[in-house]
Amino acid sequence: MSERKDTPEQAEFREYCRRWLAENRPTPPPFRLPQSPVEVMTEQQRVWLCAWQKKVHQAGLIACDYPREYGGGGHQGFQRIASAELARAGVPYFINVIGLGMAAPTILHHGTEEQKRRYLPPLFSSDEIWCQGFSEPGSGSDLAGAQTFAERRGDQWVINGHKVWTTLAHFASWMILLARSSREHKYDGLTYFIVPIAGAPGVTVRPLVKMTGETGFNEVLFEDLHVPDSLRLDAVGKGWTVAMTTLLYERGAAESPGGGGGESHEDRIAALIELAKHTRRDGRSAWENPVTRDRILKLLIRVEALKQLGRRARVEALTDHPMRLPLQGKLLTTEISQDVAAAALEVEGMSSTLYLRDENAPQGGRWPHAYMNSYGLTIAAGTSEIQRNILGERVLGMAKSK
Amino acid sequence: MQPKDYGFGEDERILRDSARRFLDEVASIDKVRKLVAADHGEAYESATPPARYDGQVWQKMVDLGWTALAVPESAGGVAMKCVAVAALAEEIGRRALPSPLLSTLFSTFVLREAEAAAARPWLEKIVGGAGAALAITNEEGSWEPARTGLRAQAKGDQIVLDGTAHFVQDARKASFFVVSAASDGGVALYAVAAEHPGVTIHPDHIVDLTRDQARVAFDRVSIPAAAQIAPGETGVAVLRSALPAMLTVLAADMTGAAEWQLQTTTAYAKVRHQFDHPLGFFQAVKHPIVNMMVAIDETRSLVYNAACAIDGEPELALRYARMAKSSASDTAAFCSGRSVQLHGGIGFTWECDVQIYFKRQRHSQMLLGDGVYQREKLAELL
Ligand SMILES: Cc1cc2nc3c(=O)[nH]c(=O)nc-3n(C[C@H](O)[C@H](O)[C@H](O)COP(=O)(O)OP(=O)(O)OC[C@H]3O[C@@H](n4cnc5c(N)ncnc54)[C@H](O)[C@@H]3O)c2cc1C
Repeated sequence: MSERKDTPEQAEFREYCRRWLAENRPTPPPFRLPQSPVEVMTEQQRVWLCAWQKKVHQAGLIACDYPREYGGGGHQGFQRIASAELARAGVPYFINVIGLGMAAPTILHHGTEEQKRRYLPPLFSSDEIWCQGFSEPGSGSDLAGAQTFAERRGDQWVINGHKVWTTLAHFASWMILLARSSREHKYDGLTYFIVPIAGAPGVTVRPLVKMTGETGFNEVLFEDLHVPDSLRLDAVGKGWTVAMTTLLYERGAAESPGGGGGESHEDRIAALIELAKHTRRDGRSAWENPVTRDRILKLLIRVEALKQLGRRARVEALTDHPMRLPLQGKLLTTEISQDVAAAALEVEGMSSTLYLRDENAPQGGRWPHAYMNSYGLTIAAGTSEIQRNILGERVLGMAKSK
Repeated sequence: MQPKDYGFGEDERILRDSARRFLDEVASIDKVRKLVAADHGEAYESATPPARYDGQVWQKMVDLGWTALAVPESAGGVAMKCVAVAALAEEIGRRALPSPLLSTLFSTFVLREAEAAAARPWLEKIVGGAGAALAITNEEGSWEPARTGLRAQAKGDQIVLDGTAHFVQDARKASFFVVSAASDGGVALYAVAAEHPGVTIHPDHIVDLTRDQARVAFDRVSIPAAAQIAPGETGVAVLRSALPAMLTVLAADMTGAAEWQLQTTTAYAKVRHQFDHPLGFFQAVKHPIVNMMVAIDETRSLVYNAACAIDGEPELALRYARMAKSSASDTAAFCSGRSVQLHGGIGFTWECDVQIYFKRQRHSQMLLGDGVYQREKLAELL
């Protein structure tokens, strides 16, 4: 069964994806896999997830549209299909999420030929994990306020500073780093680098603990890290422009070379409905409570709307402003996650007090955990407040607030 | 006629102000954090979840007479008004204090509605500093008084209890439980020592760091008939008449916690700068913080109204208490969410104190039923 708008090659590729996924769906590991790649903590989880990503890359479902010399498939219009089929199959996510979602497109757009050949293939195969060093203690929303300093010394750069909330830094070989190379200009004083993390002298990675009680993000300290100029991405002073490319992808406004694994909103709504049907209180199921059911169905409808929004964004004739729909994606998807989890807690009632380790926690305690994690989503990658500013200013043209 | 000042007079103010001073000293957020959040591994990964509280602080609370506040004079208590107890609970909530006080107050409210002679020794124990907890919730987490996970059967002059009470609050801080059990005549109430043979506490792994919770299993627990504090004919009515005070005092605790969330988030919005301005300069930050305040003031007003009705117009008490808990649940959800969101990345960390209140509030929201439940029950009263 092919989709209506597929070309014959695309239809054949879709068929291939389906067959491959049906035959190669991994059996779940004997240990708990976290709900998302940004929560991966243990070496055991890392090894298992890296092996899975590598296998999918080898099968040609990652980086389908990237040139072959960079580890890609050299096709056009195949990634959308692979990602959709991965999502449909409900297979695990890819661990190198920051590599795929942010570093790869940024390197593709701004990197030199050597950089692309060197960094992209092991990124796709997850032989090298990536992290993102944008946020600092003093600058989060105001990203251009970054103070981590890169000082030029001959054909080297010496890096000093402090990055925070750095997801996956504990496994990372590389970081995409936004650093200040001049104190004279705020935006034009920024330069973008690729820097080594694991084992690099002058780099310290310290785990930070989330409100969920888990690690998974970190702070990264740079004390006289020396990097060659060949690790600079694009021109000196152009860091802000490069960072904007990264953010475009981070916020889901452009397609990444690998995605679609992991749980979808549809899966979550299905789990929520299942939960409501099986939660009995005072002689009826939560699903029979019209107030609860109404709340769930509103969410179901929003999830469908979000899906259709993604579909409509590809139909030029039905969109008025090129960024109007893409820029809403991050805001909507994260807020829906939060609302779905909150609805689940309401369904569970007292059982929502039970956490991951409790044997009686409904669905393994996933909902209180997901609810807390949802605040990570509405804060990370540009908070919901910042997303609304961007939509108001860039799409609707209202006065800038800052 | 309700008093204009909610009956909040000089005695109540003295109690509240001395509680503030005492809690400022013994229950600063740094102390609470050290107690319950020093180590995330201990909090969530221990085979037996911790039930940490400061026993010395609890002893001082007892010495200050807090456990005697709601106990009738006939049982050695001081029988203060509910507005006083609510004010105290607000201060406790503001500190997110881990202690068995709330559960003990709940038990007190039930015991003082029960048969005086049978309840007196247990109320005296509470005055003396014994922590108590209600074991009245079934596996479903129902808050309907008639639904219990236990059965009681008479055997000669003994009564035998079997079954499991779920979601028992602060079970490991309690020295006895007030238990509901289905008996031939209806739902009867009993008081059972936590140490009694056949009583087993199975601690739950919960999210909230400031409470402990457990399933309490009763395996052929044989108690003397005199331990019955309400017979099957009146047990449900006793629980129901204790409910307004329970709802109100819990809502007061939540109001205090929400106020802490408001003050802490406001303070952060003043000191944290982005884009060369304090966060509070941005209306996307300022307005939700103001909305927190507005929500809290609505809740707090409803809490004192309910407490005042408990003191003077008992026929309206349940209706007003449902309103207060409904409002408190929704306010808690809103303030908890905003307190994390408006702190940004730091708000999502273990190290930031807002997580402690976020979790306590989420727990309180469900306790005795959330907003949707309260409104459903309120509709039945109209
Ligand atoms: C789980 C998680 C993972 C993360 N992973 C990474 C990572 O891998 N790499 C990385 O670099 N960063 C990462 N971050 C950091 C994230 O990008 C920042 O937390 C985010 O940009 C907000 O910055 P901040 O934390 O400094 O909050 P602040 O910028 O201090 O914001 C605090 C509050 O003020 C609001 N605010 C600020 N400015 C305005 C304004 N102008 N108008 C309206 N409201 C405003 C914000 O919306 C927020 O509610 C992660 C964060 C989280 C929570």
